[in-house]
Amino acid sequence: MTPAEPAVIRLTGITTRFGDHVVHRDLDLSVMQGEVLCIVGGSGAGKTTLLREMLGLDYPTAGRVEILGKALSELGSEQLIALRRHSGVLFQRGALFSALTVMENIALPLRELRSYDEDLIGEMALLRLEMVGLSRDDASKMPAELSGGMIKRVALARALALEPRIAFLDEPTAGLDPESSETFVAMIRELHRELRLSVVMVTHDLDTLVEVSDRVAVLADQRVIVAAPIQEVIKVEHPFIQSYFLAGRGRRALSALGAPGAAANS
Amino acid sequence: METLSDENAEAAGPQLRVASSPGDAPAVTLTGDWTTLGLAQRVMKFKRELGKLATQPRVSWNLLRLERLDHTGALLLWRAWGRSFPERLSILPALKQHFARLPDAGTTGPSRLPQRSGLVQLRLVQPVVRLGQGLLGWIEQLRELVALFGRLLLDLLDLVRHPGRWPAREISAQIYRAGAQAMGILALVGFLIGVVLSYLSGDQLRRFGAEMYVVDLLGIACVRELGPLLAAILVAGRSGSSMTAQLGVMRLNEELDALTTIGVPYTQRLILSKVIALAVSQPLVGLWTSAIALLGGMIAAHFSLGVGFYYFLDAVPRVVPIANYWIGLGKGVVFGVIIAVVACFFGLRVKPNTESLGAGTTSSVVVAISSVLVADAVFAILFQHVGM
Repeated sequence: MTPAEPAVIRLTGITTRFGDHVVHRDLDLSVMQGEVLCIVGGSGAGKTTLLREMLGLDYPTAGRVEILGKALSELGSEQLIALRRHSGVLFQRGALFSALTVMENIALPLRELRSYDEDLIGEMALLRLEMVGLSRDDASKMPAELSGGMIKRVALARALALEPRIAFLDEPTAGLDPESSETFVAMIRELHRELRLSVVMVTHDLDTLVEVSDRVAVLADQRVIVAAPIQEVIKVEHPFIQSYFLAGRGRRALSALGAPGAAANS
Repeated sequence: METLSDENAEAAGPQLRVASSPGDAPAVTLTGDWTTLGLAQRVMKFKRELGKLATQPRVSWNLLRLERLDHTGALLLWRAWGRSFPERLSILPALKQHFARLPDAGTTGPSRLPQRSGLVQLRLVQPVVRLGQGLLGWIEQLRELVALFGRLLLDLLDLVRHPGRWPAREISAQIYRAGAQAMGILALVGFLIGVVLSYLSGDQLRRFGAEMYVVDLLGIACVRELGPLLAAILVAGRSGSSMTAQLGVMRLNEELDALTTIGVPYTQRLILSKVIALAVSQPLVGLWTSAIALLGGMIAAHFSLGVGFYYFLDAVPRVVPIANYWIGLGKGVVFGVIIAVVACFFGLRVKPNTESLGAGTTSSVVVAISSVLVADAVFAILFQHVGM
């Protein structure tokens, strides 16, 4: 990767088909180094599918997925494992290992490197735990004893355990109450700055979108209709964008932004 | 793995260089990629070297040429420095923020990964304590099992009083799944056991010239014992485990609580229906297994002993008293109830983690089969003079 090429993720010509149902048709999208890209779209627009394709959990019917300059489909399993260590994933419902304690969950990616000793792993995991605002007392809890917000925090700590370069967040605020959602988003923003992450986020939540996104990619009509800062996105004439951002709910969120587009388009 | 991370990362692998001139303190220069992944290959080596340097006074540290640093790299250095910045340190201010989260010396000591809380016991008394705990746990389980059985009896009483509440659809679905769908595998197993039994006993009988008694032997053994038992063991493995898993997952998903809040008593709708279904289907599949086993025995007897089909079919009703069929059917009912109750009992005990789900399913099958065998022994003793 050359300095002139700042994209950490590059999707080109992605087509995804499930039987007769076309989810993506010739879709292009890039994620730049260090930015927070939010993917939005109606339900069934293929947001999660796209995320899974970036992670190499699913493969598109056609097209090329490049992560950190490597095409996923061209990698052997060893190389894929090595590449995956550069990205951390926060799953929608946390996907914590229910048989392991909070601490063991966070330590698992570190242990799997098989190079750090227990002493270091312990302190590293504790550091990650404190990074997401949890205390030492939570370390020995089991996932079943945690509240929804804490599950997300632990899952984030696990995702960031290896201090990856890219973080994938699937609906990070879904199922959280507004207040914990707000603190969670603030925490993501802070960690993004502190760890110099590139973040790809699928979200429905307009407040989150306004709060953290550098760019917003709108998925509709089986492709990315626009990928730009939110102020520019809301100026695009498209029925989905109009209804999503500029209905009452959206306008309230955007008013926090002080965006002229909200008023102009009403 | 190394090839990829090397060619992929902009930063080169981590390096630690020590320049020591005589009479002066060592000067340490760090370069490259001091991150979690970058360090992974060589971390233990660095830890040792840093540990050695830590013991020397007035070491100067040059971090200006570091390409990347993250919390792991910072932690490694922080520990070598004794948890405070050394006097002679050159570092870019931007990198200093990585040390901000690290605990100072004194505030918190080196932390260990907290272990799961468990009672610490003296080694000598441990086996005794474990035995006691096991026994108490077992008694507790038995108590809960009795409670579940009582609950089911009350539910049954409720159904008798309100016939409109019969969970007929659940029962028939369960009969289909645990009974009808098991017929294929039961036929296969029954047939093979019949063949084996016929060959083995035929060999012994031939020595006494008593080939014709193979019908008595097979008839009694299959109808009274093998049919119901084989069917019970297979159904316990096949349907018992799936009942446990189903109830377990429903419990984890709070579906049972949801049913309760909707006003559906789940013990009645989910558990009693399964118990009734197996009480109905188990004698039938037991009979089916007996029949197929007899068929297998008959075919094998024809080829190995020359016992004719007609003779065999004619002799079976004569040599197997009807009481044996009733005992076989009765066993089926009891075995069915045991399997369903045990399976549901373990399903309800699943704790909210995946390990417990697996363990619960295993216990369910093991306990169901053992209990069936115990019940079988009780039957053998109670009815030793009946139908022989």
